[in-house]
Amino acid sequence: MAIARDKAATLFAEGGASTLRLILYLAAAITLMVLDHRGHYLQGLRRAASVVVEPAYRLAGLPAQVARATRDAVATQHQLVDENRALREQLLLAQARLNRLDALLAQNERLKALLDAQHDLGLAVQFAHLVDVDLDPFRHRVVLDVGTGQGAMVGQPIIDAHGIMGQLVEVLPNTSVAMLITDPAHAIPVRVERTGLRAIAYGSGATDRLELRDIPRSADIKAGDKLLSSGLGGRFPAGFPVGTIDTVGPDANGLFLVASAHPAAALDRSGEVLLLQDQPQPYGPPATLAGAAAATATTSQGGP
Amino acid sequence: MSRLRLQAWLVGATVLVAFALQLMPLPPLAEPFKPYWLGLVVVYWAIEAPERMGLGRAFVLGLCGDLLIGELLGEQAMRLLVLAFIVLRFRARLRAFPLAQQALALLVLLLNDRVVTLMIRGFAGEAMPPATFWIAPVSGALAWPLLYLALDRARLYQRSAD
Repeated sequence: MAIARDKAATLFAEGGASTLRLILYLAAAITLMVLDHRGHYLQGLRRAASVVVEPAYRLAGLPAQVARATRDAVATQHQLVDENRALREQLLLAQARLNRLDALLAQNERLKALLDAQHDLGLAVQFAHLVDVDLDPFRHRVVLDVGTGQGAMVGQPIIDAHGIMGQLVEVLPNTSVAMLITDPAHAIPVRVERTGLRAIAYGSGATDRLELRDIPRSADIKAGDKLLSSGLGGRFPAGFPVGTIDTVGPDANGLFLVASAHPAAALDRSGEVLLLQDQPQPYGPPATLAGAAAATATTSQGGP
Repeated sequence: MSRLRLQAWLVGATVLVAFALQLMPLPPLAEPFKPYWLGLVVVYWAIEAPERMGLGRAFVLGLCGDLLIGELLGEQAMRLLVLAFIVLRFRARLRAFPLAQQALALLVLLLNDRVVTLMIRGFAGEAMPPATFWIAPVSGALAWPLLYLALDRARLYQRSAD
């Protein structure tokens, strides 16, 4: 055996695992962590190493893709017919809604002309696929197959057919990483549809729950209320569904209410998503301050 | 090809497979059960071929892991460093353990790894993970005998090949 020849590998010697080396390496690791925590070099590094990182993501996502393709290939005709019928019904419903929306749009156009309004609610979107890669089950991140090459930018909101999913936090040349609204580090400003009450929905770390803290006790909010994005803070456009309130109760101090909601978007099922192209406000501080405040901008990326 | 060269290939291949398994998604319900594959592979080579898996290698592998999966550069480097150090220190004893006892030792090691992770994330100001955070060490310990036997078989085959 080769082991016996090597001095470092003898059974009872300290060898490669001396305490001094451990301390040196630990110090290096801690230094790296502190530096990265302050300066956020990892994202830049990942971008520089994207030649290796991106193929790794695609490769790891391959089995899930193959599994999905196989499932499609071996699905019985009966299933396909059923699915087709369901989809056709949904399309009909959506079409009916759209028709009504057209009337509303026309009305809106007239009213806007009357008001001389500058803002346009036009929706420019970009289609993106999820790459089935699991970055960390306790951080709610998804990988998308668009990057700077396709015009993706950090801060872009992503939505699916049902509501807001999250926002891009990292963009590589052909891949990007998005933080979901259920990530414990994420918060999104919302408005209760029924009453207009404003609140902030924090991610809970569970894929099916959002948390609304510090709601005044006198506020009018109850289970079943729909939450829309309020557009405050300028990251997410106003008026997109975010979730539905499940429970409302007093918090630990009894001074405020806390509500728990489930997200509207199918966070654990979506295979295709839409990237909203126009951000209400550009990401980060204004251009003149950008250089001075670049470091603080990255630390506040999850905030409202 | 010499035996040493072959072993280097095997180490590289297992590390690559560990990275791929780490990135591969599981159904949402099974997600918390995913073992820390990279950690298991590092432990295996630290026990069986310490000249191939010293502290330096563990550190570099951890940095690679952070580059691929991590949020904070150095987090996995520190975790693997701690794993490798403990294993290298108690290597003689760990090698002599029967497989079941080894799995038990692995459970303790992986739980310790979770504590280290929690400390790092706590210092970085992250939220406390949910209770399911503590399931992965158990599934990791359960996966250990399989991994050990599979890799032992691979090395046996390799040895008989040359």
